[in-house]
Amino acid sequence: MKTGLQTISWRFLRIWQRNWDVYARTWRINFIPPILEPILYLVAFGAGLGYLVGEIPWEGRRIGYAAFIAPGLLSINIMQNSFFETTYTSFVRMYYQKTFDAILATPLNLEEIILGEIVWGATRSLMATAVMLVVLSFFGILSYPSALLILPVAFLGGLAFGAAGMCFTGIIPTIEVFNLPVFLFVTPMFLFSGTFFPLEQLPFWARAIAYGFPLTHIVELCRPAALGVYRSGQVWAVIYLSLFSMVTVPLALFLMRRRLIH
Amino acid sequence: MTQLAPVIAAANLTKRFGDFTAVDGITFAIFPGECFGFLGPNGAGKTSTIRMLYGFYPLSAGSLEIFGRDLHHNLREVKYKIGVCQQDNNLDPDLSVRENLLVFARYFDLVREKAEARAQELLDFFGLIHKQDARIPELSGGMQRRLVVARALINDPTLLVLDEPTTGLDPQSRHQLWEKLRQLKARGLCILLTTHYMDEAAQMCDRLMIMDQGRILVEGAPLDLIGRYIGGNVIEVEEPGGELLEFLKGEGISSETESTRLLIYTADGEALFRRISQQYCSAGCTLRQATLEDVFLKLTGRGLRE
Ligand SMILES: Nc1ncnc2c1ncn2[C@@H]1O[C@H](COP(=O)(O)OP(=O)(O)O)[C@@H](O)[C@H]1O
Ligand SMILES: [Mg+2]
Repeated sequence: MKTGLQTISWRFLRIWQRNWDVYARTWRINFIPPILEPILYLVAFGAGLGYLVGEIPWEGRRIGYAAFIAPGLLSINIMQNSFFETTYTSFVRMYYQKTFDAILATPLNLEEIILGEIVWGATRSLMATAVMLVVLSFFGILSYPSALLILPVAFLGGLAFGAAGMCFTGIIPTIEVFNLPVFLFVTPMFLFSGTFFPLEQLPFWARAIAYGFPLTHIVELCRPAALGVYRSGQVWAVIYLSLFSMVTVPLALFLMRRRLIH
Repeated sequence: MTQLAPVIAAANLTKRFGDFTAVDGITFAIFPGECFGFLGPNGAGKTSTIRMLYGFYPLSAGSLEIFGRDLHHNLREVKYKIGVCQQDNNLDPDLSVRENLLVFARYFDLVREKAEARAQELLDFFGLIHKQDARIPELSGGMQRRLVVARALINDPTLLVLDEPTTGLDPQSRHQLWEKLRQLKARGLCILLTTHYMDEAAQMCDRLMIMDQGRILVEGAPLDLIGRYIGGNVIEVEEPGGELLEFLKGEGISSETESTRLLIYTADGEALFRRISQQYCSAGCTLRQATLEDVFLKLTGRGLRE
């Protein structure tokens, strides 16, 4: 019997709280990647590669390579934090730790559990972004206060990627198979979303594909905010990410119900 | 007891997985203050039945009322008053012992002070207070199982459901847990449990049912079942001769062969035992009380299930 989507109440916040409690225990470890990653990338790409690349043309100006990739790094960080949270980490909780089974015997229902996981994934993106913003500020390549707009973008982008990750968790047979979406979904976006070079470098067809990637739209929002430029195209990126989430969140709930409730 | 409204009323409860029927139209009722046992070999459908009780498995057919309310439409309200100890140990390994209780309390909307007090009480009751800050993998099997039961009690439930609470524990841990359950029962808690330990089921359960292949074979009080299906005693005869078998056949006494042994079921053990041991016993024979295990094996057979 398929009962469809159950009513979702505020109780999904209980799952968020549970994950927060666990996170708070190990926060020191959780803070290391968002601190170290931008430094490593900026040293390798900004100083190393940037020396060869020089300045990059963007929106009619020329900007340093480090300043160009910094918002790309922030965007990748947004994608990875929520996506890895709702794939590998949620899968471990669901499959190995049977945490969801235990919670299903309490007043929460499955939809609340899954929504709580996705919102938690978005929160991880938000927190990691905040840490990374602080680190990048020391390099003097962020323009304030507009760079603060990256925080709500982190939550929205985290929601989109958290829900997409949860969709994969709903259909993946074993944890090793996550390699597939990482290779086919995350890696191409990592490289071809305007993160490390302007999309204008690509042929038209490739650019068209790139605009289908959610990461491209996160970059579209982060780069102007980081550089202190306001553009009109950004509203489309917000609409895209909202629509993407409005499809993937219900899809994730549906797939997880199909997976767990027989 | 039957004047009271039942805690659980299941009618024609059915669970199918594709073409396979795991629970095949069972009907039973459990009353307040009662301890009710589900017995049955592996695969009998005990866990599937329990999973329907807390809404984990939707019903394929039949109806289920808990606390007098239809489960399907009142699932959340009903779950506030049930405590469940699932068959798998699904404690949260990311949290400490105490945190496991506190986080669970939050799922039931207990406010912080009340949750703290309740956790303290349960850690005391189950002898886990010295381990309150330990991580789950540091606990022995018996401690983990006690913590799962403690967690199931965090919401002060009206109905406690335990799926094989003592399986895999050493005898000391098992007895300790059964002792705790007896105390809970004495306080009037309604308990539903599944177990493979017949002696303990016979002691604990007011009533029980034996299931096999998704159906209820029998239901009743342990002593009644023993009386009804076995009689009072069992005489075990090693390497029985043909004469004994003929004698039993002539007298119409029921018996069963188990490899080299013959089990004779009788209400009037002593007289028959004297007669058999004097006349027909060459290799060895013993008289003992009939047990629930005899009933179980008689009804479900001796073949392996897995
Ligand atoms: N989710 C499921 N999908 C398919 N078959 C299942 C599922 N859950 C249980 N079964 C089958 O239903 C039967 C009863 O299982 P279960 O209720 O776990 O029995 P018990 O707890 O008495 O050992 C078994 O044959 C089992 O394989
Ligand atoms: Mg079972």
